[in-house]
Amino acid sequence: MNSWTHAQGVLETPQFEWVALSPTLIVVGAAVIGVLVEAFAPRRHRYGTQVVLAVLALATAFAAVVGLAADGHASTQAQVAGMGALAVDGPALFLQGVLILVGFVSVFLFAERRLEPAEHGRAVDSFAAQAAATPGGTAEKLAVKSGYTTTEIFPLMLFALGGMLLFPAANDLLMLFIALEVLSLPLYLLCALSRRRRLLSQEAAVKYFLLGAFASAFLLFGIALLYGYAGTLSYAGIADVISGAPPAVDPGLAATMGNDAYLLIGGALVVMGLLFKVGAVPFHMWTPDVYQGAPTPVTGFMAAATKVAAFGALLRLLYVTLPGMRWDWEPVLWGVAIASMLAGAVIAITQTDVKRLLAYSSIAHAGFILAGVLAVSEDGVSSVLFYLAAYSFVTLGAFAVVTLVRDGEGEATHLSKWAGLGRRSPLLAGVFALFLLAFAGIPLTSGFAGKFAVFSAAADAGAMGLVIVGVIASAIAAFFYVRVIVLMFFSEPQEDGPSVVVPSPMTTSMLGVAAAVTIVLGVAPQYFLDLAGQAGVFVR
Amino acid sequence: MSFPLLTATVLAPAIGAVATAAVPSARRNLAKWVALTASLVTAVLAILVLVRFEPGGDRYQLTESHAWIPAFGVRYELGVDGIAVALVALTAVLIPFLIGAGWNDADPKEGEAPAGKRWRPTQGFFALILMVEAMVVMSFVATDIFLFYIFFEAMLIPMYFLIGGFGDRAGENSENRQAKQRTYAAVKFLLYNLAGGLIMLAAVIGLYVATADLPGGSTFSLQAIAEARASGELTFAQNTERFLFLGFFIAFAIKAPLWPVHTWLPNAMGESTAPVAVLITAVVDKVGTFAMLRFCLGLFPEASAWATPVVIVLALISIIYGALLALGQRDMKRLIAYASISHFGFIILGIFAMTSQGQTGATLYMVNHGIATAALMLVAGFLITRRGSRLIADYGGVQKTAPILAGTFLIGGLATLSLPGTGPFVSEFLVLVGTFTRYPVAGIVACAGIVLAALYVLILYQRTMTGPVRPELSRMPDLRPRELAVVAPLIAMLIFLGVFPRPLTDIVDPAVQHTLSDVGESDPEPELEARR
Repeated sequence: MNSWTHAQGVLETPQFEWVALSPTLIVVGAAVIGVLVEAFAPRRHRYGTQVVLAVLALATAFAAVVGLAADGHASTQAQVAGMGALAVDGPALFLQGVLILVGFVSVFLFAERRLEPAEHGRAVDSFAAQAAATPGGTAEKLAVKSGYTTTEIFPLMLFALGGMLLFPAANDLLMLFIALEVLSLPLYLLCALSRRRRLLSQEAAVKYFLLGAFASAFLLFGIALLYGYAGTLSYAGIADVISGAPPAVDPGLAATMGNDAYLLIGGALVVMGLLFKVGAVPFHMWTPDVYQGAPTPVTGFMAAATKVAAFGALLRLLYVTLPGMRWDWEPVLWGVAIASMLAGAVIAITQTDVKRLLAYSSIAHAGFILAGVLAVSEDGVSSVLFYLAAYSFVTLGAFAVVTLVRDGEGEATHLSKWAGLGRRSPLLAGVFALFLLAFAGIPLTSGFAGKFAVFSAAADAGAMGLVIVGVIASAIAAFFYVRVIVLMFFSEPQEDGPSVVVPSPMTTSMLGVAAAVTIVLGVAPQYFLDLAGQAGVFVR
Repeated sequence: MSFPLLTATVLAPAIGAVATAAVPSARRNLAKWVALTASLVTAVLAILVLVRFEPGGDRYQLTESHAWIPAFGVRYELGVDGIAVALVALTAVLIPFLIGAGWNDADPKEGEAPAGKRWRPTQGFFALILMVEAMVVMSFVATDIFLFYIFFEAMLIPMYFLIGGFGDRAGENSENRQAKQRTYAAVKFLLYNLAGGLIMLAAVIGLYVATADLPGGSTFSLQAIAEARASGELTFAQNTERFLFLGFFIAFAIKAPLWPVHTWLPNAMGESTAPVAVLITAVVDKVGTFAMLRFCLGLFPEASAWATPVVIVLALISIIYGALLALGQRDMKRLIAYASISHFGFIILGIFAMTSQGQTGATLYMVNHGIATAALMLVAGFLITRRGSRLIADYGGVQKTAPILAGTFLIGGLATLSLPGTGPFVSEFLVLVGTFTRYPVAGIVACAGIVLAALYVLILYQRTMTGPVRPELSRMPDLRPRELAVVAPLIAMLIFLGVFPRPLTDIVDPAVQHTLSDVGESDPEPELEARR
């Protein structure tokens, strides 16, 4: 017997389902080991160790997710774990699987070292040589000269991923907040680490941090109000209070419990915090700046994974906690969805930078996904899950292409420089065109299957209006996707245009995977639709 | 299980496209032969379909049915009726000629430096044509609406690259300006059709919701929907049916194209090379009119009857407006494009007259218009390549220097104006008869289109082929053997179908009867006319 047992009777022994929570634990554990590697391993060994560690950890975590799902944890064995703080059910496991795969593929993007020209004989990646060095200062020059690289990116990314894995599984409001912070803080840092255009990158990070902190504050305030309303932080507990189950009134909260004003304001603030992470209008302002300034591998990872995690959390909150007040949030989210679809699509038309264009396109897609969320049905959940899986790989692939198109100043993200790319490197331009067509929802790509899934779920639930707006927005969006294709294939190449760097097999295989997923989910989506369909029920 | 003939007909060009694209950049000629072989194999398969089809048999024949995406109720269901058979045959027979006509269209210009090691325009051009062929055939044979929709929409992408990537090099403008116009045409084509497709997507989703209460869940299968309606399991509310009809019809009207959503066609046909222009108007656009017959009338009979007056008026406007604008064109290819708009008016008029003559005529019209336009446009393309200009005013007296070219051009033109003895006459006559029996006034207005057709064709011929020989044309070569080999069979087909249309009408007629019974219409009794 160890010392823990002495506390029995005084403190409640934490019940902890190690197996059910293993995916998250593995990822976070690997992140901690990564930090230790940074502290103790010699500099020249760090890169290799970190990459291997991250790859192994993610592979194991994915195996754990598959094992849990095969064990029935996604359906019959779904449970609430960690003393009510976390749910292990279909949607959580599905999204965790998607997130781990996205993280796995992103590691290859992070680890790519053949794009930047070698600095003083050492291969370097797209991240700053030394984050603490002032841009343009002597310290930076020294760091570059010594061939420093920031291998901290790997543990940071694993920490962010750990938070993301918790986010859609969070089953009480406190865990929701902790997961949000765990996923956000490393991302703020990662955004600031670009090797090129460091000031732009730092500006992006500061913007992201300030606005993100603001959104977190809203979320936290909302949590406090909801606690005041329900006297509990657990999703199921709040839902019970909303549906009228008589709460055991806490004398300290007697003044606020059951007061609908607290519920409405608190619910609105929490949803607002999540919509910020999702990047839906009118909480989208940060997206273009951050997407543009962050190092492109980070942008890809963030754009894909944050959206998956945040939509997962939003789904659980709306479906488990707030179904009782559906009539209150539905009209608001209708407005948000319509505004996101239209504003994202329309503003994207005027963009001249590839990364900003993709940022606005992601806003429009947030609107499409919200249409699925608004179906408020099992079909709605599974369609959103499928859409997120399809969307995240297309996004990763698109940003991976952006990392490859370079000129003397690093990535050539201005659209005018992409003119005639299709003539110089038809294969890469073809792959990018495939991703754009998937974004546009052209049949036989994953984007179409996803769009059909969410729109049909929405239409089935009587939201034909959303579907029609969605279709109009898709037509507008098609215009700017097509414009990029026109530019790549039909415009004459510029004299001093960018060239496509031949990457290492890591980026190549990553692009191959993204393209393959895009086509497979478009041509034969049934298996994955089934998977998402079986994962459509939340545990309470 | 029998040999999946329809799947094979779709796969042959698709595999051919991949094979063509895979040919290394230096072996341009090999790519051309690979493409031609693939298109010939497809043609043989299509003729096999034609032979195996029994006109008196089941409505849909050579059927194949497999589950595809059960979650959406989507099946991989193929089958042909008489109308589809005729159009599959048209497509598969035309493509080898288009490949022959475009043999040198995509080669790099002399002295032009290759843009990159991997840039292979010739391979791309032929692969894209085959890709379009595969998708068009698929949309003719698909009897699952979702399956149809996917290929209806996906075919825009290769088509778009064909228009934007391989424009006509013979324009009145500088290279740069031309590239801009070409891009404009390609984008206009894509956006019009994509918008139509997305409207249709809303209708497809609507259909998914409307059929959700069936015992087997949502379905897109034409046969399953027809059975459910016959047994009364499935009924559409009046408004639902009308909205769904509109969603489908607008998409098909854009594709067809019908006035007032026709404006992309002249741009697209004017800027693309002649074979691609033929591909657009003779093959791809037929999917629009075909789909009106199969889906609009077949699925939404009441809404079709409700919309008929408006559609007929639009079709009449198309006939007259297209012909008038054709008269006013300075550019040969745009003239043919506007003539096509006029002809599509006739086809749609025939479909919505809701008589067996009208619809049989409309189907024959699709086939004949395809062949006649191909003949006229391809010869015009040969002419334009020689002179390097699309403007009618730049020509004159060609018949003295290049008599064979002028002769084939004349026959193509006469077929376009529906001269008796050529195929289009039969179909135009049937459409007009079919229209007269139900809507006499519409029939009279449509006849004006014939007169105008005679005008624009003959004036075109007169201005370009007759008169004094222009000095710069005095050494113009006549048709080369390759060009003649492309045009002669087309002309032979036109004349054969003009004199002996029977085999085709026998195939088409039963299918038309089925469609009419779907709509619940029968031909007006002739005696009514007598009493009046």
